Amino acid sequence: MSGWHTGTLTQLAAGLRARKFSSVELVRALLARIDASQATLNAFISVTREQALSDAAAADRALAAGSAGALTGVPIAHKDIFCTQGVRTTCGSRMLDDFVSPYDATVVARLKAAGAVMLGKTNMDEFAMGSSSETSFYGPVRNPWNPQLVPGGSSGGSAAAVAARLVPGATATDTGGSIRQPAALCGITGIKPTYGRVSRYGMIAFASSLDQGGVLTVSAADAALLLREMAGFDANDSTSVDTPVPDYVAALEQPLAGLKVGLLREFFDQGLDAHNEQRVREALKVYEQLGARLTEVSLPNLPLSVPAYYVVAPAECSSNLARFDGVRFGYRCEKPRDLRDLYSRSRGEGFGAEVKRRIMTGTYVLSAGYYDAYYLKAQRVRQLINADFTRAFASVDVLMGPTTPTPAFAIGAKTSDPITMYLNDIYTIGANLAGLPAVSIPCGFVQGLPVGLQIVGPHFSEARVLSAAHAFQRVTDWHTHVPQGYA
Amino acid sequence: MYDFALVFSLRHARREPPMALTREQIASIATLARLDLTSSEVPVYQDSLSRILDFVGALDRAQTTNVAPMSHPLAGLSQRLRPDVVSEQDRHEQYQANAPQVAAGLYLVPKVIE
Repeated sequence: MSGWHTGTLTQLAAGLRARKFSSVELVRALLARIDASQATLNAFISVTREQALSDAAAADRALAAGSAGALTGVPIAHKDIFCTQGVRTTCGSRMLDDFVSPYDATVVARLKAAGAVMLGKTNMDEFAMGSSSETSFYGPVRNPWNPQLVPGGSSGGSAAAVAARLVPGATATDTGGSIRQPAALCGITGIKPTYGRVSRYGMIAFASSLDQGGVLTVSAADAALLLREMAGFDANDSTSVDTPVPDYVAALEQPLAGLKVGLLREFFDQGLDAHNEQRVREALKVYEQLGARLTEVSLPNLPLSVPAYYVVAPAECSSNLARFDGVRFGYRCEKPRDLRDLYSRSRGEGFGAEVKRRIMTGTYVLSAGYYDAYYLKAQRVRQLINADFTRAFASVDVLMGPTTPTPAFAIGAKTSDPITMYLNDIYTIGANLAGLPAVSIPCGFVQGLPVGLQIVGPHFSEARVLSAAHAFQRVTDWHTHVPQGYA
Repeated sequence: MYDFALVFSLRHARREPPMALTREQIASIATLARLDLTSSEVPVYQDSLSRILDFVGALDRAQTTNVAPMSHPLAGLSQRLRPDVVSEQDRHEQYQANAPQVAAGLYLVPKVIE
């Protein structure tokens, strides 16, 4: 199966521009890979074959005419949380099983404008609520490194697709770790940008003060290229930040020597698998050899990030998902007795178990008498965690640590206990609460399964974080490993 | 519509651990959230929500006197204003293509007033 079409996004974009192969040839080859893998991985909810081939033909004409953009003809996939005009957008839910978006998300429109060709929409945890991609209405996604295992979540379809080289890059979203955790578990690179860096317009809302769009790719250089095209101010997103987008690709080669790296003491805790820790420590050694200065830092309130998140995120989710009422779009129950019955049964039947659990948790913590004790308390703790990060960044440039406590786990292993599942995101949630950019990059293997190193930076330091990741990938080859059968 | 019984029960139930929600509380939360639960779902949520609330109870350990609640990650960012001019076109036909039931440009629901 090995060949030119499994190159990195940067290589494929260069190959297209040099006319070494056409976009149609590339898209055909990757569609065949998607078809061949679908029964095993279930990475896609929809494959947009005809549209992809016609977009690829148009891209080839643009390449021939010399009017190509940065990504002209480059195949990508979108997480099925991003609205795509005229294409079914399900968010992994029965609720939106027949929803055809009347407009494009800003991320989708920007990547389209840069010339990227969409091959399809990737599978995910229902409404992005999960850490294993098992809660999808369309069945679980499987990890290409071992199909008995989860790929992580909620962006598990995008992660599995990139890891299996079905596409060189895919969009994803991260509310509590949903880009970085699947990147770690699938052995690829993922970046969650600063809150406000990438437009949330047309990105189906889960928890609006935490949600942020980003990318999953093979390398940090690929992530820099995709992110450069999709980031930036958008008047349609009221929390979009109006600051210029640096050229992340041009900034990749900035020198690493002298970089002050803080090792998060709280991340090297009892919950961290000893083998995982070993791989992360080895990666830190590499940074030291590259000239980084490592110091230990402590963020004492960080252990409270998971409980704070599981108040704030469900609260925002219960409010956001109130729009699904069976009236204007989405699932409607059969033969409603009255309006109340229409709302309750449409929602009861249209949402899956985890989504209902979070809506009810959110409803409870926002209800009268409990609002102060849970919701306001969690927001105050969020402030403490944020202050911890601010203090740390006064003395270091970036923070490093593991992305996850363990490598990928078995499908079904954590579905019975929500708390065990929630604790998967113990190292990633902090960056969401504080709105910080963070990447996960592959840094080795434990019993044949990939392990991720996490790099967190101050607000709007995507260029710094990506260049630090790139420096590591220049001297290591962990990110180039491909799961058996997908090379 | 306010569920007074639930609001009353919540206000007077103190949050002393170990906290276990009753079947009635789960039913009331589901009513507030407009979620129709089957009888087999109720005990499942009774168990998991109780455990989640117990878990997030760890927040009580944090000293937060004089700490302002943080609702947004970017401090100092305020809502942008824009000129009060029409910026959207009428696309209701396109939007209503996704509606379960529409007639004459209107969304249909069961009769509300007898």
